[in-house]
Amino acid sequence: MSLLEVNDLAVHFGGVKAVDGVSFSVESGEVFAIIGPNGAGKSTIFNLISRIYEPTRGSIRFDGRDITGLKAHDIAKLGIARTFQNIELFDHSTVLDNLLMGRHTHRSTSFVEDILFLPKVRREERDHRRHVEEVIEFLELEAYRNKMIAGLPYGVRKVVEIGRALSIGPKLILLDEPASGLSVEETREVAFWIEDMRRDMGLTVLMVEHDMSLVNQVSDRVLAVANGRPLALGSPADVQAHPDVKAAYLGTEAA
Amino acid sequence: MRVVFKTSYDSDIDLHEHGADRLRTALLLGLMAILPFLVGDYYLAEATNTLIWALAGMGLMIAVGHTGQVSLGHAAFLAIGAYTDAALMNAGLPFYLALPAAGLAAGLFGALIAIPAVRMSGIYLAIATLAVFVIVEELVIMLEPITGGVGGIMAPSITLFGVSFDRYAALTNFYWLVLGIVALVTWGYANLMRSPTGRSFLAVRDSEVSARALGINVTRTRALAFGLSSGVTGLAGALMGHFIGFFNYELFSVIISINLLLVVTIGGLGSIQGAFLGAILITGMPQLIAILRDGVNANFGIDLGGIPGLDTMVFSMILIGFIIFEPAGLYGRWRKIRVWLETFPLARRDMFRRHKTYLKTERMK
Repeated sequence: MSLLEVNDLAVHFGGVKAVDGVSFSVESGEVFAIIGPNGAGKSTIFNLISRIYEPTRGSIRFDGRDITGLKAHDIAKLGIARTFQNIELFDHSTVLDNLLMGRHTHRSTSFVEDILFLPKVRREERDHRRHVEEVIEFLELEAYRNKMIAGLPYGVRKVVEIGRALSIGPKLILLDEPASGLSVEETREVAFWIEDMRRDMGLTVLMVEHDMSLVNQVSDRVLAVANGRPLALGSPADVQAHPDVKAAYLGTEAA
Repeated sequence: MRVVFKTSYDSDIDLHEHGADRLRTALLLGLMAILPFLVGDYYLAEATNTLIWALAGMGLMIAVGHTGQVSLGHAAFLAIGAYTDAALMNAGLPFYLALPAAGLAAGLFGALIAIPAVRMSGIYLAIATLAVFVIVEELVIMLEPITGGVGGIMAPSITLFGVSFDRYAALTNFYWLVLGIVALVTWGYANLMRSPTGRSFLAVRDSEVSARALGINVTRTRALAFGLSSGVTGLAGALMGHFIGFFNYELFSVIISINLLLVVTIGGLGSIQGAFLGAILITGMPQLIAILRDGVNANFGIDLGGIPGLDTMVFSMILIGFIIFEPAGLYGRWRKIRVWLETFPLARRDMFRRHKTYLKTERMK
């Protein structure tokens, strides 16, 4: 059984068919990439999976469970983490606090216990911190631990966002253009991290990406979409060689 | 500049980063505790009033500073706190039961109206809370048997275990009582902000969409923050009632709401210390202006008291000045001074320039 199954997914905003009948499934331990020209509906698919948008039709199953009826804040608990195309960090908090916010689904204390700061709260805080420190070490964020997000360079923020998603301790991580705006070196680092996430953490990765070198390097399978409709699904090389994909990116030759 | 070597995660979890910090808090608390022996009754009453305002300021800070919900109706929660406390005590309940009940009543009412209201944000929420304030004001007048209507109500004198805490007969005791309550609430607030609940408030304030993606129930978090906020404000209202002694609905005017908003804004949004600094400024400034005016009159023979509205104008201009030149508030200014002192003589002018926010999108909100 696949970890994530998307079946005939569609969302229409008025007359605009942003996503129209997309189906795919992501196997456990796989790196799956979605590519397509601007406005193809890639990020919309992400927003449908993380339940920010309500699908017009179709279903999404995660771990054998239909998640189409769940609320956006129930998704993280199941083990789905995500990043955002335009970095959505908590700007006025430190890197450490941002990562600790990623541990929200693992808290078991009530707000009354928090106000009294019972020993249980402290024990849990230490535990959250230990998990977050693992993420900090993995992404080499030690130097930025106590820095405010608002003052950090773009590349570091991108990494912090991946870190916050990893702090959830997810099974599936959705990366929305992890390499956009990054330098060649930074993109290479992201590629290594994605491979490590899969190999060492046993994560399944679903990503939207424009950088074809990154897609070729890390992904097992690629889905190409255009105008909300699927074009081709297969290995990176096969999909890029597909005539429809070429047409979508470059246009068709005049007959 | 002090460099703290952290040897365990606990040093980040603890309220104080190092021993000197802890000592500073202890000294401040000690100084506040012996204040009755240092100053006369007039200044002690002023200090009590400032503490009550700081308490109300902390209440509003939870909503405005830490969760990003602007409220123009917090005078309503002061009123609910004051009337609940006074009515319950008049019915024979002791103060130690009436005060928590007042906080609870204000908090529950706040959470209740928050459930529909928190779906709004910014100016719309501010208007909604203003409407709530008007409703509460009318209710206070209508519920005459409990609230005394337009005529007003008497806050009974506080006696705990045979000891009088009356605001006039035993001002020192009343001051200590207020100080104790304020210290307790401050401790709880500081605890809250270092716990997962406090972090979820900040998350909701800074990015709703990613708060959801992290599993935070945004509606519930905002309602909880608003409930806690109005509960603390309710406690302040109860104490304010005892401080004034006899009050009617006019004590809790919309001007009080605006003053409270000034307390948190000028004090420094998003810091507990800001609520205190703001309260000191708001309660101290009119006194300071009055003293200066009398000084000018005595020394130069210029009677400024004859000009109507001068005090208010000077007060307002100082506030406007703050908002233009120090948007980070008094606490933000104090932090800059502290860094300047700690790094002397290495501080640079541009150390605090505003950071740009990159690629911030409103699209998915």
